[in-house]
Amino acid sequence: MQRDVSAKRSWLDPIYDPKIRGIVFQALLVIALGFLAYEIVTNTIANLKRQNIASGFDFLARTAGFEVSQSVIPYTSTDSYARAFAVGLTNTLLVAALGIAIATVVGFIVGLGRLSSNWLIAKLSLLYVEVVRNVPLLLQLFVWYIAVLRALPQPHDAKPIAGVFHLDTRGLHGPLPIFGHGWLIVLAAAVGVGLAVTYYRRAVQRQQLTGVRTPLLWPSLGLILGLPVVAFLLTGASLQFDHPVLGRYNFDGGLTLLPEFLALLAGLSFYTASFIAEIVRSGIEGVPRGQKEAADAIGLTRGQALRLVVIPQALRLIIPPLTNQYLNLTKNSALAVAIGYPDLVSVFAGTVLNQTGQAVEVVLITMAVYLAISLVTSILMNWFNARMAIVER
Amino acid sequence: MPFPRCDAIWIFVRAIVGWIKRSATQQSTARLGHVGSHKRARPNLRGVAQFLFAVFCATSAMAQQPASRTLEAVQKRGVLNCGVNTGLAGFSAPNDKGEWTGIDADFCRAVAAAVLNDPAKVKYLPLNAKERFTALQSGEIDLLSRNTTWTMSRDTSLGLAFVGVVYYDGSAFMARKSLGLKSVKDLANASICTQTGTTNELVLADYFATNKLAFKPVVFERLVEVLAAYNSGRCDAITTDSSQLISERLRLQNPDEHEILPELISKEPLGPVVRQGDQQWESIARWILFAMINAEELGVTQKNVDELLTSTAPNPEVRRLLGLEGEFGKGIGLPNDWAVRVLRAVGNYGESFDRNLGTGSRLAIPRGRNALWQNGGLQYAPPIR
Repeated sequence: MQRDVSAKRSWLDPIYDPKIRGIVFQALLVIALGFLAYEIVTNTIANLKRQNIASGFDFLARTAGFEVSQSVIPYTSTDSYARAFAVGLTNTLLVAALGIAIATVVGFIVGLGRLSSNWLIAKLSLLYVEVVRNVPLLLQLFVWYIAVLRALPQPHDAKPIAGVFHLDTRGLHGPLPIFGHGWLIVLAAAVGVGLAVTYYRRAVQRQQLTGVRTPLLWPSLGLILGLPVVAFLLTGASLQFDHPVLGRYNFDGGLTLLPEFLALLAGLSFYTASFIAEIVRSGIEGVPRGQKEAADAIGLTRGQALRLVVIPQALRLIIPPLTNQYLNLTKNSALAVAIGYPDLVSVFAGTVLNQTGQAVEVVLITMAVYLAISLVTSILMNWFNARMAIVER
Repeated sequence: MPFPRCDAIWIFVRAIVGWIKRSATQQSTARLGHVGSHKRARPNLRGVAQFLFAVFCATSAMAQQPASRTLEAVQKRGVLNCGVNTGLAGFSAPNDKGEWTGIDADFCRAVAAAVLNDPAKVKYLPLNAKERFTALQSGEIDLLSRNTTWTMSRDTSLGLAFVGVVYYDGSAFMARKSLGLKSVKDLANASICTQTGTTNELVLADYFATNKLAFKPVVFERLVEVLAAYNSGRCDAITTDSSQLISERLRLQNPDEHEILPELISKEPLGPVVRQGDQQWESIARWILFAMINAEELGVTQKNVDELLTSTAPNPEVRRLLGLEGEFGKGIGLPNDWAVRVLRAVGNYGESFDRNLGTGSRLAIPRGRNALWQNGGLQYAPPIR
């Protein structure tokens, strides 16, 4: 009389199907999170309205009304808040890009120095790494800004360096070159880089096919540097310099790098370089000894062994942690606010936030921008990493 | 979308979960014979429901704002949270005993005295120019008494309400005497330091733009940093409210080497701020300030207030101020001796001014525009009647 229970079908059966269950719970989670986000947004808006606090993004079009000490793009106090935002963003990007470049170069030099067989160089590199990476960055910025600034002369007492540069409490002043046809020269440089890359690819292809090696360094340099020079000469060789002139208070005109900018750049670069040095050292030490010995055995010179065997393998270990350091440097640039450099946080999340009082919108935008910068850096570095990774065959 | 009835929803959710669990147990007992069926993990329905419920209630709790009855909240807490300057002698700065002094700190004390009957029950929260409005908006402080300029945008679009003017001020400049400046216009192309998030920052840009002059701004978050930069020669001049310059000049190594230019390039009426939407609290703050000013006008001081209370003072204006006549306390939800408490704690406006900013202090700022109206100043309070 016993029935086969398993044959009995019930509408409750789906509850016991792990697949359906999984989908249902994930859907529930998504709904819950969506609901949470919706509630946060609507509540915030409702509360701001009820407290009579202005909300929305209309303020971006309003006149900013304040001046900024440094801007890559043209800006005056009659421009909009959106423009002030752009000024802050470009200032952040400027210091981050230059910082990454300097930190990478210094980091590689110090990292290689750590591995040097010269006792003095190795110990000095070790000292640099241990001291710089163990002192908080904010403190280092204060040292760069306050200690160094105090030691600098006033504009009227500043002695010229190399004839045309002046370093005083107001920054580093130098001549600003003005090219007659600036964009043509930039275009020529871009074409030069493009041609050099094509040339390099051809050369590699040729070597792989025939084994014949083509000279690389001089032709590439010629293309990258020569073309702009040719363009410059062809357009009439018009080059003028805008020299800074000492006025009643400051050097006016010319090119001025603010002390805040120099201090931030130095602080960020040298701090991050100490971490990069350790990454480089560990990356190179991570290449098995046998690889170097094998390179010696097949008669490669030391330079060739380093360039063709060790570094390509070391890069594989270096790039992922290097990406982290680049991201750190970019985010650390927000410490600019402590020494008065007008970066995104200082200008937008500082002055604009305070003058408009629209904290929620301003902070959201700022967070989104840092997220975007970091993601773009990540994507670029991942692409670079994929190219450098050893392809297993 | 507020959900105030979380309890009802919770009961409902539990009922459903219980029902599903029961039917699930029945199912598995019925299936016992089937190999492996009991090994299937039961879905953690309860956990999921609790999570959903938590999300639900957390978000609906967010919709329920703290009550707009600031007075009740302060009295229940027993302490007044008062936002002050991080340190500005004469307005609010800790003295060598760690007590906050200054005309702004006095106002905190006056409010605490009226509301809590104890001027010591104040928690001072030192705030930057940048942080001050957010602290008030978010309810971290009940009162902002921190040399803050009353402007239309601040009064109307930040959810804040200014209650009056404690000090009539203006933007001024300080520079080294050795520069030999005659006027602010001599500062063309100079580097000028100022504090971010202040009206001074905007006034500076306006003034130079109006006069078609250029300048190089150097902006810091804190006043200390502004002063340090000026000290190290990073900038030729600093600009802020003239009262702040007078106060900060004394902190420089050689105050005599620096001068404050006589020109004031803006109107900076400084006053206490409360949140918009709590009419009662706004009235309390406003009338405490008015009571202090009226007391000066009527000659009621910290010393003679108790005397006047017992004497059969003939002046009905004084009697109203001291709560001997009328029921003015009722209108603001305070006992009738609210003004007496204030005067006992900090004295009248003139006394507080003299003690902190005027002749009785190191700053020795003349009353000037801050004198009473009958003495040619701007301080004028509506009558208590």
